[in-house]
Amino acid sequence: MSAVPSAAPNGAAKHAVEIRGLHKSFGDVEVLKGIDFTVEPGQVVCIIGPSGSGKSTLLRCVNLLERPTAGQVFVDGVELTDPDVDIDAARRRIGMVFQQFNLFPHLTVLRNVTIAQERVLRRGKREAERIALDNLERVGLADRANAYPGQLSGGQQQRVAIARALAMDPALMLFDEPTSALDPELVGDVLKVMRKLAEDGMTMLVVTHEMGFAREVADRVVFMDGGVIVEDGPPEQVIGAPRQERTRTFLRRVLHPEG
Amino acid sequence: MTARLSPRRRQRISRGVQYAVLIAVAVILILIADWPSIQRSFFNLEVAEQGLPELFTVALVNTVIYTVTGYVLGFALGLPLALMRLSSVPPYRWIARLYVEIFRGLPALVIFLLIGTGLPIAFPGFALPGGVYGSVALALALVSAAYMAETFRAGLQAVPKGQMEAARSLGMSYGRAMISIVIPQAVRIVVPPLTNELVLLFKDSSLVFILGVTSTQVELAKFGNDLASATANPTPIIMAGATYLLITIPLGYLARRLEARQEKRL
Ligand SMILES: Nc1ncnc2c1ncn2[C@@H]1O[C@H](COP(=O)(O)OP(=O)(O)O)[C@@H](O)[C@H]1O
Ligand SMILES: [Mg+2]
Repeated sequence: MSAVPSAAPNGAAKHAVEIRGLHKSFGDVEVLKGIDFTVEPGQVVCIIGPSGSGKSTLLRCVNLLERPTAGQVFVDGVELTDPDVDIDAARRRIGMVFQQFNLFPHLTVLRNVTIAQERVLRRGKREAERIALDNLERVGLADRANAYPGQLSGGQQQRVAIARALAMDPALMLFDEPTSALDPELVGDVLKVMRKLAEDGMTMLVVTHEMGFAREVADRVVFMDGGVIVEDGPPEQVIGAPRQERTRTFLRRVLHPEG
Repeated sequence: MTARLSPRRRQRISRGVQYAVLIAVAVILILIADWPSIQRSFFNLEVAEQGLPELFTVALVNTVIYTVTGYVLGFALGLPLALMRLSSVPPYRWIARLYVEIFRGLPALVIFLLIGTGLPIAFPGFALPGGVYGSVALALALVSAAYMAETFRAGLQAVPKGQMEAARSLGMSYGRAMISIVIPQAVRIVVPPLTNELVLLFKDSSLVFILGVTSTQVELAKFGNDLASATANPTPIIMAGATYLLITIPLGYLARRLEARQEKRL
């Protein structure tokens, strides 16, 4: 792979993700107001928080879909915020799953999963298809390889999107509310796939409102509000016994919406 | 109920009056027209015979060649112009904007005049490849590129932002994502308007006569006009017109069908 300057943060073991002093503004509006946190290899970290608190922006700063206004982002010890870094090369190792799936509607399911393997990783067609089918199998959709995204349910589309990201052999997977656009009865299938992925040891950063998933699968839960991290700890603490009043208020509203 | 005529009945009467007027006008026109003279002038079979088969084998073929080369070149020029208009590099945007404003604002006739008379003066000794065919292709390309650029721009902007983001998140460069993901979707979106543009260009190819073409290079309109002069009879112009319609009406129909299908799919 091309020259990716590696700046190992502060000696010690390499973190999967390290974020230091991250700020992000859109025009005059500061959306992220100084974020520091790390994710260790193999960890599953869930980010929760009210709408508009900056969760998506934070996630999008991790693979530089948004360019931070200030601060540093390291993934696997590589500083992505270094202006000289080959960002396309760095993104190959970071899978991302979007709320709206963002499958390529003009391509078949199989082609959705092979195109970046061929065009970016330069894998041959046969190898790419074999890897694609393996990953579609993993999400339970190998039999839909020749369908177009428009012919699939939302839940199926999202699982294809997961397979598409996995086919690139990512070291880290980012999920931005992967089940928020789904009909309730389709949420379970997607969560099952993500749960399996977590058991297989994938490093995952998941923005979600699924408190059950966060409680059972996450190693750590991060509560964000107003562009800062308010509370960060194991799920038993952040969800089970939150120390901050803002976390308690938020959880009351999410867990008992009727009042 | 105080009204003597229900709205429904009133509407029916008004419709009946309109039909009566239309029929009266048609009957009067038919009665006062000089039918034998019309047939001799516009549908003269002897004159028509003189135009066949060259009307199809030469004139239509040339019209198609001019249109298709102009269209392909216009496409090749219009797509980069659209990408330039959406570029983050300001000078690219300015150049594309300037081009579109100028060439969309000029009559096609003026562009042909500029190519025919302006180019040889500005670049003496420089000849376009393909002679007249090259000049025509260039003129029609310049005419259509501005329109196509605007159409492509709308098509590119209609592709959801998430498509580019998903492609970039898979490690594709901006250019690769454009080529593999965004442009193929944009092209699908603009197929109906680009079919309409083909119709417009087919008609604009009639301006080729400005460039002074030989008898083997004539297209439909000039062919009809030349033969009409030679025979002192306008029948060939009717023939040329009918041949245009033979192509433009089905193409226009196709464009509307594609448009309807797309609306249904979205
Ligand atoms: N591209 C953008 N331009 C301007 N404002 C934005 C943009 N993206 C997000 N924002 C604003 O940033 C704030 C945080 O957004 P977001 O990160 O999407 O929050 P969350 O995902 O927690 O709901 C919101 O107020 C939103 O309106
Ligand atoms: Mg969000």
